[in-house]
Amino acid sequence: MQNAVRNPVTLALVAIAFLILLGSTISIVPETRQAVIVRFGEPVRIVNRYKPNETFGHTGAGINIRFPFAEQIVWIDKRVQSVEMDRQQVLSTDQLRLQVDAFARYRIVDPLRMYISAGSEDKVVDALRPILGSSLRNELGKRHFASLLSPERGEVMNNIARSLNHVARQYGAEVIDVRIKRADLPDGAPLQSAFQRMRTAREQEALTIRAQGEKRAQLIRADADATASQVYAASFGKDAQFYDFYRAMQAYRRTFSPQAAGQTSIIMSKDNDFLRQFEGQ
Amino acid sequence: MAKALFFRAAGSYTDKMTMMQKMFSRQLAKLWIHAMAQGPWGGGDGGKGAPPSSDTGDNGDDKPAQEGPRNPWTQPGSGPKGTRQGGGNAPRPSMVEDLMRRGRESFDNLTGGDGSGGIPRGPDARALWPIALAIVLVLWLALTSFHRIGPQERGVVTMLGKYSRTLTPGISLTLPAPFEAVDVIDVEEIRAIDVGTVDGDDKNLMLTKDQNLIDLAYSVRWNIRNPEMYEFQIADPDTTIEEVAKSAMRSVIATVSLNEAIGAGRTMIEQQVQTEMQNILDSYRAGIKVQGIAIKQADPPAPVNDAFKEVSAAQQAAQTFVNEANAYAQQLSARAQGEAAAFEKVYEQYRLAPEVTRRRMYYETMEAVLPGVDKTIVETGNVMPYLPLPEMKKRAQAAQPAAAGGE
Repeated sequence: MQNAVRNPVTLALVAIAFLILLGSTISIVPETRQAVIVRFGEPVRIVNRYKPNETFGHTGAGINIRFPFAEQIVWIDKRVQSVEMDRQQVLSTDQLRLQVDAFARYRIVDPLRMYISAGSEDKVVDALRPILGSSLRNELGKRHFASLLSPERGEVMNNIARSLNHVARQYGAEVIDVRIKRADLPDGAPLQSAFQRMRTAREQEALTIRAQGEKRAQLIRADADATASQVYAASFGKDAQFYDFYRAMQAYRRTFSPQAAGQTSIIMSKDNDFLRQFEGQ
Repeated sequence: MAKALFFRAAGSYTDKMTMMQKMFSRQLAKLWIHAMAQGPWGGGDGGKGAPPSSDTGDNGDDKPAQEGPRNPWTQPGSGPKGTRQGGGNAPRPSMVEDLMRRGRESFDNLTGGDGSGGIPRGPDARALWPIALAIVLVLWLALTSFHRIGPQERGVVTMLGKYSRTLTPGISLTLPAPFEAVDVIDVEEIRAIDVGTVDGDDKNLMLTKDQNLIDLAYSVRWNIRNPEMYEFQIADPDTTIEEVAKSAMRSVIATVSLNEAIGAGRTMIEQQVQTEMQNILDSYRAGIKVQGIAIKQADPPAPVNDAFKEVSAAQQAAQTFVNEANAYAQQLSARAQGEAAAFEKVYEQYRLAPEVTRRRMYYETMEAVLPGVDKTIVETGNVMPYLPLPEMKKRAQAAQPAAAGGE
């Protein structure tokens, strides 16, 4: 016996065995995890179970002791997790298609139920994802496209969260909220026609603006013409006969001036007023 | 400190971190247990006789005592520790080796250096073991119990997995590693998440209230308000924030029109998104404070951008028309006023001597006009006036100087 104790190999083996025993007896449950203790496949108790509004430091986290080998620990995340839905095409009541990306946030609040019904966390995600997709499709299929772009959207999300929660509870999970990450027009024809609509709307706006500008310009010109003729009338109206003469003189100068284009020939009769003195009366 | 660095580096991979933390703690626990066991072995074995190679009782006793603890102890203790802990604790095992080597050397010197090799013999070597252990213990305590928390940091202390307290800046003392672990978190640093890019390749199109599309790029700035909530509440906080930002931005954009989003409504949108994000994150109890949203770009999508430019071009054009009309109006009214004024001046003089002024003006005008033109004076009655129209046309085309008319 003493020889055995002194033999280093034996000592090492004992130490290793002791450590294994220690490791399978004592475990540290962190704040971020819940633990289901399973004895021969049968869950016996839950450590650090989530309770709403608990403060850290007063949770069940810490050292946990269990029967070695007979009991095993199944770890379950205690934090808020997310499940992402694959991109889905949703048809609204007015036959418009939308591509929707959504995510749901959930937390496992009943680890025991989750362990029994799903077995592992991945399976919960696998179970929730298609349900998220289908409830989203159902809910959005009841709505008009425009209602997704309005404050009603919050209500839609709440409805989806409610129906998802119904399912999630069967897996011991609680859905905190569902949100639409993206809601886009699908590529191709719908997107192109939306672009086309935007483009034509802008073109219409551009033409309207241009026409309005032209209108304003015309009004300004007409105003100016009116004002000018008023000024002329007020001034020239003082003596219409003199104006006629005065303006005629100006017109002759301008019309027959050497700078004016074209040749001018004037055939004058002797009786012309200009030649009155020509014959020396 | 080394520990703090290690944890900060691994900060974003919370899951991985907790796993590593656990393994690390386990390693340390193992080490500790061995260390505790070491004392009794070293002392207890001393008295027992054993079949050694050497025949001197004391020296022979030591040999198995050394081999026993040494092999299981140094190998598992140093191997994984060195790799897991990074640079910080790496020198420790080598220091132990060093110590052993020095001990061996001194022993060899003492006994005349027979070069019998690796295993030290004699009372000195036996005394070295507790010293080495003590050094390891002290180092371990120093490295895992003292934590320097910078002014921008907080340390979340968990005692055997259970949250115990949050360390404030300064030097703090905790229990050594397997019992208490510290996660140092930078709470002041403003982190930024960019959504969408300003470059053209990645489109981030959103629907506005009037069912138009807008291409948005924005960044979210946030920091940690409550380190323990940040640590324990949300799996993968960074992704969560990004998703929440996207969702909040879309829901806000869906309530404004395209023109608002492109133009005047930006500040309002930023504020609304910030409020909404904060509400959502608070409902998760994420311990995160959203500092602000900055919209870097809010443009119509590229395929319709030209049409939008066309609108601003039309605005310019409209303004151009108005400007031209205004110029014309100015010109016209100035000319009208000028001409009217000139007429009135002349008219004033004309009224003083109407007949003379009239004739003077007439002659002056004729004088100015007639020199430059062809003149033909025709006697009335006797001459049949013949107007050579084709010839005149020809002359006009040739632009030849016309012969002066006359009798």
